[in-house]
Amino acid sequence: MKRFLLPLVIFLVVVGFLFKGLNLDPREVPSPLVNKLAPMFSLPRLDNPEQVFSPKDMLGKVWLFNVWASWCGACRDEHPVLLELSKTGIVPIYGMDYKDTRQDAQQWLDQGGNPYIATAMDIDGRVGINYGVYGVPETYVIDKTGVIAYKQIGPVTDEVLRNKILPLVKRLQAQ
Amino acid sequence: MIPEIGHFSLILALLVALALGTFPIIGAARGNAVWMGLARPLARAQFLLIAAAFICLAYAFATMDYSVTYVATNSNSKLPLQYRIAAVWGGHEGSLLLWAMILSVWTVAVSLFSKHLPDDMRARILGVMGLISVGFLLFMLMVSNPFERLIPAALDGRDLNPLLQDPGMIFHPPMLYMGYVGFSVAFAFAIAALLGGQLDAAWARWSRPWTTMAWVFLTLGIMGGSNWAYYELGWGGWWFWDAVENASFMPWLAGTALIHSLAVTEKRGSFKAWTVLLAICAFSLSLLGTFLVRSGVLTSVHAFATDPRRGLFILVFLVAVIGGSLTLFAWRAPTVGRGGKFDVVSRESFLLANNVLLAVAAFSVLLGTLYPLFLDALGLGKISVGPPYFDTVFAPLMTPALFLMGIGPIARWKQASLPELALRLRWAFGVSVATAVVLPVLLGHWTPMIGLGLFLAFWIFATSANLVYQRLHGKEQPLIIRVKAIPRSWWGMVIAHLGIAVFTLGVTIVKGFESEIAVRMLPGDVAHLAGYDFTFDGVKDSQGPNYTASVGQLHVTKNGVERTVLSPAKRLYTVQNMPMTEAGISPALIHDLYASLGEPLDDGAWSVRIYHKPMVEWIWAGCAMMALGGLLALSDRRYRMQKRRKKERDLKPNEALA
Repeated sequence: MKRFLLPLVIFLVVVGFLFKGLNLDPREVPSPLVNKLAPMFSLPRLDNPEQVFSPKDMLGKVWLFNVWASWCGACRDEHPVLLELSKTGIVPIYGMDYKDTRQDAQQWLDQGGNPYIATAMDIDGRVGINYGVYGVPETYVIDKTGVIAYKQIGPVTDEVLRNKILPLVKRLQAQ
Repeated sequence: MIPEIGHFSLILALLVALALGTFPIIGAARGNAVWMGLARPLARAQFLLIAAAFICLAYAFATMDYSVTYVATNSNSKLPLQYRIAAVWGGHEGSLLLWAMILSVWTVAVSLFSKHLPDDMRARILGVMGLISVGFLLFMLMVSNPFERLIPAALDGRDLNPLLQDPGMIFHPPMLYMGYVGFSVAFAFAIAALLGGQLDAAWARWSRPWTTMAWVFLTLGIMGGSNWAYYELGWGGWWFWDAVENASFMPWLAGTALIHSLAVTEKRGSFKAWTVLLAICAFSLSLLGTFLVRSGVLTSVHAFATDPRRGLFILVFLVAVIGGSLTLFAWRAPTVGRGGKFDVVSRESFLLANNVLLAVAAFSVLLGTLYPLFLDALGLGKISVGPPYFDTVFAPLMTPALFLMGIGPIARWKQASLPELALRLRWAFGVSVATAVVLPVLLGHWTPMIGLGLFLAFWIFATSANLVYQRLHGKEQPLIIRVKAIPRSWWGMVIAHLGIAVFTLGVTIVKGFESEIAVRMLPGDVAHLAGYDFTFDGVKDSQGPNYTASVGQLHVTKNGVERTVLSPAKRLYTVQNMPMTEAGISPALIHDLYASLGEPLDDGAWSVRIYHKPMVEWIWAGCAMMALGGLLALSDRRYRMQKRRKKERDLKPNEALA
């Protein structure tokens, strides 16, 4: 009897690991951009195309850089989290609208609320290439010297925000 | 409107699947013929409903309905129609629909071709398949609905991943899924047998053709995927030990073991518990593969966007199906008899050894695939296990397996004599050792791995030749009659085994003798590789339906004689702004010449990679032979005879009346 139970036991051990694995993030790979200077750009802003946004303007501050798009489903998931965060005023959030149209993007923010202090328009995705964007949304924590301290691939969840991003932001702000 | 019809069909299909998963199984337990009889109509209704949903989704793609989120994220108005249709399974939700669709195809196939089965057995089999279907339909409706609307509708779609815009996309996933999901039939047979307590030779005979069929599809699917990677990725590799490739390879290994073990169970009544366990494992590994790909637990080129709720759902489903069936196994298998006795030296022993080796191989692939996850879960850091692990583990496991493959078919059932075997096979052994030593010397390069690979390939060739010769010689009828007198399943085995030899030969030669160069080429420059001269004629721009391309041209000469022209290209898919390489390949029996275009350099020069790949096509030819062997076994007369017997049985009452 016992030997017939063996396959079940092995399977249950594997399941234990798989369950643990669900809460791990394989995408949390050390990105080549982390601990490097955030690539420079200057792009027109969504709210006012006459004005440009550049990471240079943010030197001296810790800030979040969130790549989003109106066509992106997962961005809808993280949107409330970002909105909530923006209301606390702990850290400024700047957005980059990736491969999108001005009209769609504006409509999306009008409907869903706008957590961003400003959004840069990367309509042809060129800046996204420099940042190695391979899926939207992505979020970067950039420190006072303009160095990328953390990169989140995929939506920012409450958990990630609480356990990773906010403690990191606090540490960086204290530096 | 059409997407809502699709959505509604899925909901109805779920209800039908629930009925299919309960009534027939309860009916079989209670001996209620009416409830058991529900199985067949329900299986058909389920198929029609899922097919309707599938057609609705395909229609949404064909008509470019970007108010459906899934359509908007996986296609684009400039995408050609054939890829818009293939885009149905280009993302997470749609590939689940394909899974459910193919499961319903297998279910309906079982309902059509199971007239010879006892009613309770058939009811249980279809019921188990219905339960699996419930899981997938629930998964789709709860967290992965392909018909979800996008409001407001997108103006245009995000386009299908350019990597998937290839004819391979049209055939590879359906083939692979036919194989994956096909093992659900063997699984359902095993569970039905455990439930009914009827694990006998008849059970093995009934489930054999289904298993072989699924195995043929899986073989072809893996072969297609490997070939696709070879020409699409532009690195000249044909297998990468990627987590998702492993996910298809594990069920293949378990399925191969299952086919052999079923043969023993049918012919000799042995290995019953082991066969049942393999049937459970083959399908469990298919499910596990689905989990690995869909849950985002592992990263892979094939992985789709992830959502933690989905992972949890599949894990719970996995525990229910695999955990449930292994519990059932632990409970019922001890009561199964042990079957016929056999000697240490016998065909049973050889098959058992091969079986164990295949199972260990499947397990070690599983270990290698999950190892990074284990370490990560235990907080020991992030690593990735690559080809070095698999290459080191695989050679020592496959060497004895291939060696035994030469002996198994020649050995007698029950009791074989070692001296007699040695006597019969000494020539084959001598020939293969001689080839392994002499051939590489002639080719100018000898390493232990080349020697070993050649030895194993020629060992299988030689032992198969011996096997065929012994079976055919010495009788008086003309050859053609003698060939026909032998069952096709036997020829199927010989051809599948020869396929392994062809495959091994291809792998050995290409690994041992391939060469490549990376060069900077201006128009008019000539590169030299493996005795060929490659002249670069420059690059022309061209325009595809949804991409712009730079197509290079290399004409290939040998000793001044024109041989072929290679056209490697670089495409830029405009919607996602994604560059893709298209290799230029001139395939041939002896070798492939393979070129891929790198980056444009300054002053009109390009970086070009050229590969010489001797006998690489033999790898896929070997796979095709394995599949052909399976098909031949399926066409065996005894399966058709079953039908004839059935017809006779049906006729008898009428005769009695007459």
